Amino acid sequence: MADFIIETPKGKWELVCGLEIHCQIVSKSKIFSGASTEFGDDANVNVSFIDAGMPGMLPVLNKECVRQAVKTGLGLNAVINKYSVFSRKNYFYADSPQGYQITQFEYPIVGEGKITVDLSDGTSKDIRIERMHIEQDAAKSIHDINPKKSYVDFNRCGVGLMEIVTKPDFRSPEEVGAFLKKLRSIVRYLGTCDGNMDEGSMRCDASISVRPLGSNELRERAEVKNVNSVKFAMQAVEYEAKRQVELYENGETLKQQTCRFNPATGETKFLRFKEFSDDYRYFPEPDLPPLVLDDAFIEEIRNNLVELPDAKKARFVKELGLTPYDASVLCENKETADFFEEAAKGRDAKKVANWIMGDFFAMLNAKKLPLEKSPISAEKLGRLVDLISKNVINGKTAKDVFAIMAETSQEPEAIVEEKGWKQVTDTSAIEAIVDEVLQSNPDNVAAYKGGKNNLLGWFVGQVMKQSKGTANPAIVNQLLKQKLG
Amino acid sequence: MAVDSKTVQKVALLAKLKVDDDKVEATKDEFNKILKWIEQLDEVETQGVEPLVSVNEEHLVCREDKVTDGNIKDEILANAPESEFGYFAVPKVVE
Repeated sequence: MADFIIETPKGKWELVCGLEIHCQIVSKSKIFSGASTEFGDDANVNVSFIDAGMPGMLPVLNKECVRQAVKTGLGLNAVINKYSVFSRKNYFYADSPQGYQITQFEYPIVGEGKITVDLSDGTSKDIRIERMHIEQDAAKSIHDINPKKSYVDFNRCGVGLMEIVTKPDFRSPEEVGAFLKKLRSIVRYLGTCDGNMDEGSMRCDASISVRPLGSNELRERAEVKNVNSVKFAMQAVEYEAKRQVELYENGETLKQQTCRFNPATGETKFLRFKEFSDDYRYFPEPDLPPLVLDDAFIEEIRNNLVELPDAKKARFVKELGLTPYDASVLCENKETADFFEEAAKGRDAKKVANWIMGDFFAMLNAKKLPLEKSPISAEKLGRLVDLISKNVINGKTAKDVFAIMAETSQEPEAIVEEKGWKQVTDTSAIEAIVDEVLQSNPDNVAAYKGGKNNLLGWFVGQVMKQSKGTANPAIVNQLLKQKLG
Repeated sequence: MAVDSKTVQKVALLAKLKVDDDKVEATKDEFNKILKWIEQLDEVETQGVEPLVSVNEEHLVCREDKVTDGNIKDEILANAPESEFGYFAVPKVVE
């Protein structure tokens, strides 16, 4: 485990943190109405009378949201509950026209599971999932248009959400970050949530408390709401934990409370105490009977599940010989993994991985291009690697070919042909150059024979220069060593 | 189980209902009468019985994922006490 211990002159403290993550379900229509889930449309366009909470309107569950939830549950290695129940969570706020949210309470659709996260010190850790339930999203309020009014847009109201609740297993901000990245990667692989934290389609609340290192107590916690990036979540957890330590060491106590994270300052800010504001008076939703799933429905989803990041990573290590680190970088998102697999098909996978993680990623970064807009296709990159493997060009020339491909999207073979960069592998042709170099530098030949072995590199350089970089370096080395004795 | 005046005030607050101070006592008595009536159910043996969430024996019927509704902005906003730029305009609720 990567250690995160808050140490002060007065003592050592440990973080205890759990997360609740809301993931918007990918579906065309809302969870209980036929209105569109499209993001970014004009205000209140994608709203039905059901979403607006008009009297007498009845919710009808979207089967796709159920399918997506089951899929996600399987991706979390979790128990799928064949029997689940919708409940009303009552609260009064401008973003909820019904005066309640339809959610699940005692009987969620997904039970306990776990996600394994990889940490920077090379270890991994299981984070346990407590449950996942489905519910409706609230409307979006806009506070900065009018100084006296809040504006409410119900387009988001009623979009399906999956709320994933973890056990309080996090002991460091790093674990929080690794978990969020892993979860995002899983839902993106599954296609059940787009995982865009900055657009709010994945939102994170963190429950944070601290305790003296070595103790097992659970102290009062603060809940930091709606953090919208992985980095901010890590910052919020670290700041809040340190704030609490300071509080305790000053002899104060923490009262259970809700905070907001301010990305500009990196600080958490007190919002309100949790008193009876959290008295939600849950009761079973009278408009929806219990949700009962049959085995066939679950098995069909299980059998059609895509290969998840962990399984893909394990396969890349076992079958393609990649290092665990390289495999996890390539598997973080499905598009990169697919690109790699296409490029590596029938080739030396390690070489292809090195090209992708080195020059190729650097090129995309420099051009600020997403993978799908890459000027170099997976297939062409693979063929470039072929040219090296078949000794048509050497590694150094390959970098020049790559640079041209990045600009022109040309075929690597065509570039090599056009530029006359084909490597000379004809030993007699190289030998002629080697002889010429040795004859014109008798001093260095004598010095080498006298023990200056590091001059070999200089000779190689001279031969490469004479051949305009096309000589095969292995053959050059071999001939030089032979002739210099 | 009996409720006290404090509970009455709390329930009123949660329900966003105003109960005048001089009505609290009377409301409390009414609550307790109702509760007492319902307490008859305590006579039923419920040990080991799962809570009943619905008297409807039918299972949930689902819809297919199709966009069949929406695009009725004017009707949605028709009953709003106030709307501007296509939004509902409500008293400031920023935290």
